[in-house]
Amino acid sequence: MCGIVGLLVKTPALRARLGEMLVPMMVGMTERGPDSAGLAVFSAPLANGYKYSLYSSTASFDWEGLAQQMFAHLRVPAQCEGHGNHALLVTGLAPAAVRQWLRENFPALHVLSCGRAIDLYKDIGTPGEVAQRYDFASLHGSHAVGHTRMATESAVTPDRAHPFTAGEDFCLVHNGSLSNPYGLRRKLETEGIHFETDNDTEAACRFLEWRMREGDVLETAIQKGFEELDGFYTFLIGTENKLALVRDPFACKPAIVAETGDYVAIASEFRSLAHLPDVKNARIYEPNPEEMYVWTA
Amino acid sequence: MDSLSFDLAATPLRDLNRFLHKEAVAQGVRQVTVLHPDGAHNIAVGLNAPVAVEIEGHAGYYAAGMLKLGEVTIHGNAGTGVAENMMSGKVHVKGFASVSAGASAHGGLLVVDGDTSLRCGISLKGGDIVVGGSVGSFSGFMAQAGRMVICGNAGDALGDSLYEAVIYVRGRIKSLGADARIEEMTESDYQAVGELLAAAGFSYDPHEFKRVASAKSLYHWNADANQEY
Repeated sequence: MCGIVGLLVKTPALRARLGEMLVPMMVGMTERGPDSAGLAVFSAPLANGYKYSLYSSTASFDWEGLAQQMFAHLRVPAQCEGHGNHALLVTGLAPAAVRQWLRENFPALHVLSCGRAIDLYKDIGTPGEVAQRYDFASLHGSHAVGHTRMATESAVTPDRAHPFTAGEDFCLVHNGSLSNPYGLRRKLETEGIHFETDNDTEAACRFLEWRMREGDVLETAIQKGFEELDGFYTFLIGTENKLALVRDPFACKPAIVAETGDYVAIASEFRSLAHLPDVKNARIYEPNPEEMYVWTA
Repeated sequence: MDSLSFDLAATPLRDLNRFLHKEAVAQGVRQVTVLHPDGAHNIAVGLNAPVAVEIEGHAGYYAAGMLKLGEVTIHGNAGTGVAENMMSGKVHVKGFASVSAGASAHGGLLVVDGDTSLRCGISLKGGDIVVGGSVGSFSGFMAQAGRMVICGNAGDALGDSLYEAVIYVRGRIKSLGADARIEEMTESDYQAVGELLAAAGFSYDPHEFKRVASAKSLYHWNADANQEY
């Protein structure tokens, strides 16, 4: 199984409540995905520099020391605020240089996401445990993409939890399984694209982000995804200002949407939408197979 | 006591189903209202008592599955597999129904006022399904017996590999599945459609419907078919 949840708030006043509204959505999908959970939140983009969500498998990592070392080596100011295993690094250096420096100096660290608007958290544990560990309820922003995992395709580890990211301000969560991830990997590897896990979802994520880096708009990239990605999927995709939902041609995996004047909420099942404010008056529908649903924040 | 209500926000679903299975008849309860269903799975599954169950909201997976006696009305949408393997009785979904509505139903009547998603009536074994809106792709796949009345449109591969079930469609059919064909309506077809529409509470003219049934070319193995199906 797996559960996916997404929320885009149309009313700016609700941005402060994004995390609070989303946590019960994730907890509601516990039975669909009890082994790991993750959340990507998009908020107002930084005017300068980039932010990086980092994950350390050791509990007592010296996050402040990382920022100091970065300054000592590269002479670029950096801030690194840690919360247990997770930290948010903010610096003006270009992403390629930061990734390379981290790889060389802290090879055990995982860069979960990079961009001007995205923060990302993922870890093993039930959705409730992970949400509490990283205080998801306090997060705010314009839209968010969440996932609760029941692993079918690769091991249960934090880096194989969803959302997956590629490039900057791009993430994807997946309910389902792809049948051609290795073919896609081989194709993308010849384009110089590097994979971090053996998970099938990573192939879809990197394929779509690669299409966008090659100049496609999100909708065109998704259309090419329909042609290239084989298997079962409900995908929820987040970019700096968009949230997109698609299902495979057989609609093998569930999804339901509740839309009001204030928000668009998406979940694998209605159970995760039932608590939302004014959901009784929402327009509730099931997305059609192989049709694109894209909302702008 | 004629009626009773269960609030699933306060009472476990298991208590409701246990009551419906074991206590409703003994206590003479004829109507049960379910409040705050909020997408819970398996509401009123295996109902075998002459009770009217009113679900006031959206139901999750397999609502009213294996229904034998009684009537279940969902005043909202239904999740995957509503009325799956129903034996008799009636299930009425006032909103839309997700995938596999009425799958393998042996008897009874499933009415959906809105649309249904894919695979409505898959492997139908004798029940009747009336859909006020449209049905998704692969509906009626391998349906063996029973009738489907679709007041709206049908998606791809309608009635693929049908056996003896008959599908009546008022709107457009995106495509027919293997071995399904459109046939002439007969007087008994008009009568059947009229009766089913009346039972479901729709007032369309049966003359607006067309009949889809099996061409029966798949009934016998054809070694020369050369993958033509």
